[in-house]
Amino acid sequence: MSQDIRTILKKAFPAAIVEQEAETEDYLEVRPGEWFEIATFLHDTPELKFDSLQCITGVDWGPEAHLEVRYNLHSMEHKHKLEIRIVLDRTAPEVPSVEKIWRVADWFEREVYDMYGIVFTGHRNLRRILLPDDWVGWPLRKDYETPETYHGIVVPKIKEEWE
Amino acid sequence: MVLNIGPQHPSTHGVLRLKVKTDGEIVSEITPIIGYLHRCFEKHCENLSYEQVIPYTDRCDYIASMNNNFGYVVAVEELMGIEVPERVEYIRVIMAELNRIASHLLALGTYGLDIGAFTPFLYMFRDRERILDLFEMTCGARLLYNYMWVGGLSHDLPVGFVEAAYDFLDYFEPQVKEYNDLLTYNKIFIERTADIGVLPAEVAINYGVTGPNLRGSGVAWDLRKAEPYSVYDRFEFDIPVGKGLVGSVGDCWDRYWVRVQEMLESVKIIRQALQKMPSEGDVHAALPKKVRPPKGSIYKRTESPRGDLGYYIISSGKPVPFRIKMRSPAFTALCVLDEIARGWMISDVLAILGSLDIVLGEIDR
Repeated sequence: MSQDIRTILKKAFPAAIVEQEAETEDYLEVRPGEWFEIATFLHDTPELKFDSLQCITGVDWGPEAHLEVRYNLHSMEHKHKLEIRIVLDRTAPEVPSVEKIWRVADWFEREVYDMYGIVFTGHRNLRRILLPDDWVGWPLRKDYETPETYHGIVVPKIKEEWE
Repeated sequence: MVLNIGPQHPSTHGVLRLKVKTDGEIVSEITPIIGYLHRCFEKHCENLSYEQVIPYTDRCDYIASMNNNFGYVVAVEELMGIEVPERVEYIRVIMAELNRIASHLLALGTYGLDIGAFTPFLYMFRDRERILDLFEMTCGARLLYNYMWVGGLSHDLPVGFVEAAYDFLDYFEPQVKEYNDLLTYNKIFIERTADIGVLPAEVAINYGVTGPNLRGSGVAWDLRKAEPYSVYDRFEFDIPVGKGLVGSVGDCWDRYWVRVQEMLESVKIIRQALQKMPSEGDVHAALPKKVRPPKGSIYKRTESPRGDLGYYIISSGKPVPFRIKMRSPAFTALCVLDEIARGWMISDVLAILGSLDIVLGEIDR
């Protein structure tokens, strides 16, 4: 990521960008509050023009730590890319949805919600996508416990963590 | 009326259910319901070592396993900073491109089948068989290869592979004309696909559609050219894009046609790779004793037959990955279905779905 993108964003949203220790790192940490406005800005500004959302990844840093969402953006015109990271509170993880900006986020966000229980506020159709609607719990969280049965079917146990 | 197509239906290419809201014959809304093949790939990865993940990537997109292996090992190698011997790189490219041809043959054959042309399917499966024979010769497996390892390959090429590969290419190239006669320029086929399900370029980009589907919309975007990984920068090949030869740019026929042309481009790449490949070199030379990447994360994408295949890997410095996310191209391709299939007839929905070339194993993971 070029320093220019960071400078432009800092100028436009001084309060929303989290200061990083090492500025050479290839990502940008953002506070969740203004994320929708930042995303709109990233998508619409001609010199940035991040028209393609590559991937949304949810991360759980452990039962005592926080949740995180990472967005990989790419511009088809300028051929530059950017990674946005948003740290979320574990007890009430909420982040504005960008589904209206990049339509592909519709399914990506549903998948993150499905696996981590992160609520994307403003999403028009936020429900489970890969798992059945009546599944309980957020499977990719590190403290997830596999239920013993699902509708009377025994769920096979996962082997102990490999180390 | 709400109509259910699937989950068990010959035209859904796997276990996919489409909830189709119709007004007479016209479709007003489609809700794809996925997850029938969900095998917890990402959860499993958190309990496996890096090497053990490779067979699991095979099973995601089971039509193009080589390409899945390729994307994963490239990502892990970049995270670890491993330099791979030249011979390995060339063999990987040859395998990936052969698998691309095999995958496209299956896509085109079953697409004809969806629309009602049975014969081309048999021709294409006959030729795909020869590619699978080459794979079997190399690593013993015909569908799920586990061939590419972090830092190398499981086996070197067997004796006689290069000749067999040349034989196949010489045989295959004229066959494409046969496919064109049978299917591509078939009047009935054109009637069924031209001008149907037009996907404009900006919609495709907004929906994250990549690969042949995006190129069918006229965008010359191919990661092998745009962000060359492995040794792809050493080959000469073109990026075929949809031109709307029989209809408008971005219709079903264009997406189909791009795949036909891509097979010929892959043949070009394989020929060059076979020529330039160093004849000596140990494919196990760069295998690390322990695959234990340093702390950090990487998002690496490669061009699979279906588009941008991305792996997001987070390492915590342990021999097990902390998190692996797979961004599958078919997932985004299915996401756009509702947008482009609205307003068409039910029979066209199946034509549009087939032209997107989805693999459910990769969507559900």
